[in-house]
Amino acid sequence: MSVIVILIIIGIVVAGGFLVGFIWAVKSGQYDDTYSPSVRMLFDDAKAVKKKKH
Amino acid sequence: MGLPCIHCGEDCGKHPIIWDEQPFCCHGCKTVFQILNEKKLDKYYKIQPMSGIRVDSSETGTKYAYLDNEEILEKLLDFSDGGISKIELFIPTIHCASCIWLLENLNSLHAGIVQSYVNFPKKKVSITYKDEEISLRQIAELLSSIHYIPEITLDQMDKKDEKYADRDLLLKIGVAGFSFMNVMLYNFPEYLPGGDQLEALFIGVFGWLSFGLALPVVFYSAQDYYLSAIKGLRHKQVNIDLPITLGIFTLFVQSSYDIISGNGIGYMDSLVGLVFFLLIGKFYQGKTYQALSFERDYKSYFPVAVTQLIDGKEASIPLSRLKEDDVIRIRNQELIPADAKLLSGSANIDYSFVTGESIPVAKNKGELIFAGGRQIGSTIECTVIKAVEQSYLTQLWNQDRTDKDLAYSLNNLMNKVSEYFTAIIIGIALTSAIYWSFSDSSKAIYAFTSVLIIACPCALALTVPFTFGATMRMFGRAGFYIKNTSIIEKLHAIKSIVFDKTGTITMTREAKVSFHGQELTTKELIMVKSLVSHSSHPLSQIIKDYISEESVYEVEQFQEIASMGITGLIDGIKLMAGSQVFVSGKGNSEAKHAQVYVNIGGELKGYFSIENKYREGLSGIIQKLQKRFKLFLISGDNESERENLKGLFGENAQLLFNQSPTDKRDFIKNLKADGQVLMIGDGLNDAGALMESDVGLTIADDIYSFSPACDGIIESSKFNKLHGFIRFTETALKVVKFSFVISFMYNVVGLYFAVQGTLSPLIAAILMPISSVSVVAIATFSISFFARRKLL
Repeated sequence: MSVIVILIIIGIVVAGGFLVGFIWAVKSGQYDDTYSPSVRMLFDDAKAVKKKKH
Repeated sequence: MGLPCIHCGEDCGKHPIIWDEQPFCCHGCKTVFQILNEKKLDKYYKIQPMSGIRVDSSETGTKYAYLDNEEILEKLLDFSDGGISKIELFIPTIHCASCIWLLENLNSLHAGIVQSYVNFPKKKVSITYKDEEISLRQIAELLSSIHYIPEITLDQMDKKDEKYADRDLLLKIGVAGFSFMNVMLYNFPEYLPGGDQLEALFIGVFGWLSFGLALPVVFYSAQDYYLSAIKGLRHKQVNIDLPITLGIFTLFVQSSYDIISGNGIGYMDSLVGLVFFLLIGKFYQGKTYQALSFERDYKSYFPVAVTQLIDGKEASIPLSRLKEDDVIRIRNQELIPADAKLLSGSANIDYSFVTGESIPVAKNKGELIFAGGRQIGSTIECTVIKAVEQSYLTQLWNQDRTDKDLAYSLNNLMNKVSEYFTAIIIGIALTSAIYWSFSDSSKAIYAFTSVLIIACPCALALTVPFTFGATMRMFGRAGFYIKNTSIIEKLHAIKSIVFDKTGTITMTREAKVSFHGQELTTKELIMVKSLVSHSSHPLSQIIKDYISEESVYEVEQFQEIASMGITGLIDGIKLMAGSQVFVSGKGNSEAKHAQVYVNIGGELKGYFSIENKYREGLSGIIQKLQKRFKLFLISGDNESERENLKGLFGENAQLLFNQSPTDKRDFIKNLKADGQVLMIGDGLNDAGALMESDVGLTIADDIYSFSPACDGIIESSKFNKLHGFIRFTETALKVVKFSFVISFMYNVVGLYFAVQGTLSPLIAAILMPISSVSVVAIATFSISFFARRKLL
């Protein structure tokens, strides 16, 4: 049964990893503007536009 | 109806400008289109068609010359090193996906720009550029040339680092959420059938893990609630955060005791869940309008720099360096930055924003000009007689701001409820503890803590943030932007409403024009139009817009005589337009409205009468408001409109004219004795009154442009909905009260178990989330339901 204890520790470590990821994301400003990225991802790169023209 | 302009989508009228077979409404739009096409940025028009911005005049001239000044530059730049600089510019006109695309492709327009990045909610673009290839001034001019005009103000220079308040709350939510999800897992086995037979090993491990995970939640995530509770107590006030703090600590102490003594694994799941939900409510309530500013002072109104004359040479200096006796040069449409004396040039100062006078005032040489006015017409030179901070206007602005937010927070509905609530809960807890200490003393402490735990007003505390947060959002959608959610409750308590006249109930840009006298022929009309289009005086502009004929004659020997009128020759015929004295040589100055007399070829033809045009639906809204509120009008303008306004406001209404900004503020102060006051204004002259009133609203044609410090901004086109907004606050309060009742009912159920000393962690774990979620759902759904029926 003690295998559950090991699983729980693994679980915490994994979840902790996500928490660290979240903290990093907030601190690097990814949540400051939640609108523009949703639009930005739809723009083609300048290079891609050139390809289409050929 | 003509064709829509390819650039901005506006109607092109009868004579569109055609370029490359595409119609444009004006040369400005065409120019932007050409620039973008040349640089292969025409995709701008594909992402969102006709998304361009129309600007009447994009002539920048030397407007941005001050950006070459090292001192100013240093204050504005976020970063500058090794030839690379970074600046964040506020561009109020950012509005769509195309804007983001274009502004992030600025490097196609100029190779000196390394990178540009848009923050859409804040309407800001941060630009990284190479100093050697492009200067900040050139960037500003480049942006203006494509009609994205950056707004650079003094207060931007002073405060740069207040940006990240949101991040702190997000981190707290993140930590609370992480702990909540994990702790829930550990507690779950206990709630299953047979959970009481859990092995001691697991009880120990799960207990200590949840204890460890709860620590950061209790001591980091929830700390704002303790601070607020203590702050309330210091003001001898019981606020909602006090029972929350009590609940959190009782939960923590009781659970820690259970865990350490090995009795069980406690209520840690309820504890972290409670904090998590509360923080989410706080986040929801705090989502306000980032690009709007409600706290503006004179610093955001005045320009960043002024043109100083040193030994006859122009130099751009920061406003803060302006001293007494400096000579400054002020061009057309520029602001007077400090009280000054006119040296030369014909001054025509538009004080409409400062004093409410609707017609510009002409000043002669040697006369005093107060700061805040806007020069219209030619360039003037003047000597500064008082430093910026000591000018009349800034003094007015700096008068003590009574801390109305604090006064309010001590007296809102939530706090009144929580005062009784806390007293009753502590009463019940003590009663049950005393009862049990006589019958079964082992249960006494348990019953006491159980009551405090289950009564922890999570649902109660979530009601207001969610109801008012949703209301604020609905208001925003309907064109009414409020500073924070507390304004809703304040607006509900209003007893009287005070209106400003100029710009508030009248329209700023439109006027009612009528011609009295001999009827003018088409040719004569065109002649008048040709003449007045040479003058930048507001009255000339109004007449120019009033005459609809398209063609224009050439005017020779045009002359503008300050505060008198204008003359000119068309085909050898002399035209005169202006005051009665100027045009006819005689006359009186006692005119009811602004009048412009016209003389063609020596014959007096008559006069244009220009009246204020009231906002659409004004009489309707006043009639509705009159039934519930006492209405007042207070204006800095003269009495010429008194009769018209009497018709609107009724015979007995109190209408005050010729009021100085200080008079206005004092009037509000006195009126407050009879109940809460709502002040609606628009200009700097209302700034004092807006601050003094319980709720101060401003009306703005462009909500992102400057408005004095206030509690809310109404789009001018939505003014006629004002009554609806005020009435809706009542609906919002009803929803709050209804939700209170529901959360009390949950509390009664919980207390039923708690006083008997039979509250198990399972009941707590079920009751708390269910009550919170149901209250939140009721609050948000009912608000959006009512708003759809009543507001949108």
